Amino acid sequence: MNLFNLFLFVGLPYIALVTFLVGTIQRYRSKGFKVSSLSSQFLEGRSLFWGSVPFHFGILVVFCGHLTAFLIPRGVLLWNGDPLRLIILQVTAFSFGLSMLIGLSGLLVRRFTNARVRMVTTRMDLLLELLLFTQTALGLWMAFNYRWGSSWFAADLSPYLWSLLSLSPDISAVSELPLAIQLHIVNAFLIFTLFPFTRLVHLLVAPLHYLMRPYQRVIWNWDRRAIRHPNTPWSPTRPKNT
Amino acid sequence: MVFHLDKCIGCHTCSVACKNIWTDRKGAEYMWWNNVETKPGTGYPQKWEDQDIYQGGWLKDASGNLRLRGAGKAKGLLNIFHNPHLPTVDDYYEPFTYRYLNLIEAPPGDDQPTARPVSLITGEPMDVKMGPNWDDDLSGTPDYARKDPNLEHLSPAEQEAMFQLERMAFFYLPRICNHCLNPACVASCPSGAIYKRGEDGIVLINQKVCRAWRMCVTACPYKKSYYNWHTGKSEKCILCFPRMEAGYAPACMHSCVGRIRYIGVLLYDADRIHAAASADTKDLVNAQLDVIVNPFDEEVIASAKANGVPDSTIKAAQNSPAYKFIKEWGMALPLHPEFRTLPMLWYVPPLLPVMASVRPGDQSQKAKLNDMAKTWTDDWLYDTSTTELWGTVEQARFPLKYLASLFSAGDTHAVADKLKKLMAVRIYRRFKTVGDVTEERMKAALRETGLTQESAEGIFYLTALAKFNDRFVIPPAHREQAMEMLEFTGDVKGNTGFGFRERPERGL
Ligand code: SF4
Ligand code: SF4
Repeated sequence: MNLFNLFLFVGLPYIALVTFLVGTIQRYRSKGFKVSSLSSQFLEGRSLFWGSVPFHFGILVVFCGHLTAFLIPRGVLLWNGDPLRLIILQVTAFSFGLSMLIGLSGLLVRRFTNARVRMVTTRMDLLLELLLFTQTALGLWMAFNYRWGSSWFAADLSPYLWSLLSLSPDISAVSELPLAIQLHIVNAFLIFTLFPFTRLVHLLVAPLHYLMRPYQRVIWNWDRRAIRHPNTPWSPTRPKNT
Repeated sequence: MVFHLDKCIGCHTCSVACKNIWTDRKGAEYMWWNNVETKPGTGYPQKWEDQDIYQGGWLKDASGNLRLRGAGKAKGLLNIFHNPHLPTVDDYYEPFTYRYLNLIEAPPGDDQPTARPVSLITGEPMDVKMGPNWDDDLSGTPDYARKDPNLEHLSPAEQEAMFQLERMAFFYLPRICNHCLNPACVASCPSGAIYKRGEDGIVLINQKVCRAWRMCVTACPYKKSYYNWHTGKSEKCILCFPRMEAGYAPACMHSCVGRIRYIGVLLYDADRIHAAASADTKDLVNAQLDVIVNPFDEEVIASAKANGVPDSTIKAAQNSPAYKFIKEWGMALPLHPEFRTLPMLWYVPPLLPVMASVRPGDQSQKAKLNDMAKTWTDDWLYDTSTTELWGTVEQARFPLKYLASLFSAGDTHAVADKLKKLMAVRIYRRFKTVGDVTEERMKAALRETGLTQESAEGIFYLTALAKFNDRFVIPPAHREQAMEMLEFTGDVKGNTGFGFRERPERGL
């Protein structure tokens, strides 16, 4: 059992981290064309709304919540000091989790029932959706049964994750956790491992830089003024436009 | 670019040429980068001109600022998970083919084998309900012609008049991407994948950077950016840039049977674009004309040179048929300028089907024919005579308002002006060749439209006689630089051939 725990809570996360890093970089470099959100809205628009929107906004909030608890556990604990604030946090997180679950089920149903969408569905899409569904269901189940998640995450899990990152893994806390939570953790590592091989990569190219750029874009292949200038000597590479 | 609608015969050769070269692939079957619509009609995708449905193009808000109607930074990012205005495949049509093999390979049976239509998306048998030119030549039909969004500006009586059996007319509207000066597609792309090429103004989508956020499909008011459902990337007309770089005309233009298409360099002042795009609706066309500068002007030449424009490009701009039609003769109008993308495809509005009237035919000729000869039995004939000078413009079979809603944001004078010019050239040529028009009438016609005999001759030449090299003036500089547009030969010296991208050097 101990060895098994070691594999799940030490081996697996490192495998996940390495595949995640190496895999995404390699995927971006060698198969850059395939990094896309692969939207299927063009084939079916109406029911997608009821799946995609609740799911995405749900996961956005829930993911950021996990990230905050991981990065600043003390801040979260401090915030949770007041029971009212704790309840607000938990209820918000839970409702966004619920919205995620509802959205995901909508998306799954759509994938199975719409003939056109089925044509653009790969096995990996299905596997990923099932994993995410399990993850969300487990998360909601835990949040309901083992209260209060935000506090024990910050108190027990953050140190464990940090211990992994600082290369001195300490699994004493995780090995004592209830099975559902352990499953949730292992499943998370699994999703991270698969990440570079799925459509999830689109979240790394979220177009936030759009906010920064001017609306119009004109590109010149070469810097024509520089090329024609007599002071530009022959060079192995031509003046490119910036 | 200029399309001379008077000459389009609606043969769809252009569409087929484009399809065969660029969009004959999975995921792109439904795309027609070049399509030809019958007007009045709903077009492709259905009712694309109705921006209440599709939310494309720019809007000028109360404070005079331009913003994208259905996309933009805030809207685009908020709607990124589900774009409420995205057309779906049913707004275009579900692509289909027929099971032809069934005709030869069906097992023996009681029934004649048939080639059933099957969907190119799912492969399942389907009923074909739409196609890219489903309403071809169907003027007057309740489902198509009468749902034309441009009819909104016409009174019910005017609409009825348009569709009376004996007056009914239609014309063709070939459409490609306009390679706009103020492209909404570029502005709407969250990834920044779409850009306008400085060298030739072609608007392209970088397929490696496109991430299927689908905003350009909504933003383009002409619906000329398409989503490839198979690759998960958007695609649009590339103006055959590999051909253009090598000095060839784009395939649709090259193959055009009616020879309606002209392409040439236009020099423009990019600093004026923003002001032109935010002009008042009634001034839009003139503001756009002002952006285009005179390639013979010394100052323009000097500043073009200072900006690194090669001499050959300036020369091409001076010979450009587009410049002649658009600026010199003022015969062309952009399609739906009110979308404010400053489209750079200009149309010479159609004269013939619009202006011709019907009158009782002349039966005397028929009597002289042999009984065996086949003749038309109807008693009506198109009257394209010029007995009245402008009468027919005002009583045109299409209310000018209809054309104005297409080409000049509602300004009927602008359209009438172009039609009169077309008419004046006819009168001039009629005077020269047939001789049943007096010199005074010819001169009066030219005077009133502001044309001279030389310009009328020029218009006639470019309309009726123009050869390949007159219609397509593409700077030869492109040919020399074609390779270098993609990569500089100096950069790859010392490399080992096609496809081997690493330099044979030591180290990592
Ligand atoms: S017509 Fe072409 S350039 Fe203009 S907005 Fe549409 S896709 Fe962009
Ligand atoms: S090929 Fe030319 S004449 Fe024929 S439909 Fe196209 S634009 Fe019109």
